[in-house]
Amino acid sequence: MEEISKRKSLLFISCEEAFHICDKKQYGEASFWEMLKLNLRLIWCNMTKNYVKKNNQLTNTIKTSKVECLHKSEREVLVERFNEHLKNEMQS
Amino acid sequence: MSNHQLNPNNWIDLYSDYLFNYTITRVNDREIAKDLIQDTFVAGLKSMKNFKGEANERTWLISILKRKIIDYYRKINSNKGKAEVRMTYVNDDQEGDWLEERAEDDGQLNAEETIENSELGDAIYNCMDKLSEKQATVFKMKTILGYETETICNELGITASNLWVILHRARTQLAECLEKKWL
Repeated sequence: MEEISKRKSLLFISCEEAFHICDKKQYGEASFWEMLKLNLRLIWCNMTKNYVKKNNQLTNTIKTSKVECLHKSEREVLVERFNEHLKNEMQS
Repeated sequence: MSNHQLNPNNWIDLYSDYLFNYTITRVNDREIAKDLIQDTFVAGLKSMKNFKGEANERTWLISILKRKIIDYYRKINSNKGKAEVRMTYVNDDQEGDWLEERAEDDGQLNAEETIENSELGDAIYNCMDKLSEKQATVFKMKTILGYETETICNELGITASNLWVILHRARTQLAECLEKKWL
């Protein structure tokens, strides 16, 4: 009984942990074992199903949008050059 | 009637990503996009005296950026186009054909997709504005720039656990924000 209980607790995860695994999955960082636990929870937990659905939709939406932003190094160059102009403008 | 103020010290922190995203969807070149937004900020600095306060800062900067992008298109069509005409179309009366082909090439088929992606990009940025600075930074680094977890943790001085908590909150808020129209 104790053994079965131990195995159950290995496979059983909370909603919070399921959401966490789902987040990691979006970035390809969920392990095989984590995915197994998530998929088991998905069988019966509607909250998890709902979160996974919305999370997947968000990932697809971001991918579709091809949204971009600057790398830190690029922003730093921008700041440096802009500050030069700002300094010149203040002086004039 | 609201009277908006300009604060150039905050422009890069607040608007550089938004302007960059706006530009790169239109010029498809990272270096050119960066140059254009640099020029926009400098032009903004020089035009501060003309700012009437009716539009907000971002809207005002975008209006400058739009003109910069148009100038860029004129410049490339002018030099690149002329060179192409010289190389490919020998007779003067063929220049019209070249112009027609360029117009078709400008993606009439993709126009709707481009507009929708542009609106979606705007919606994503507007939703990201509602995140805390840390949430937005982590989300951009992980999701948009695709940095490794370890790299972000080292850069920001946080643990992997912190990162996932921040990311979870950011994703939850973004999903809620985008839900009505885009998800």
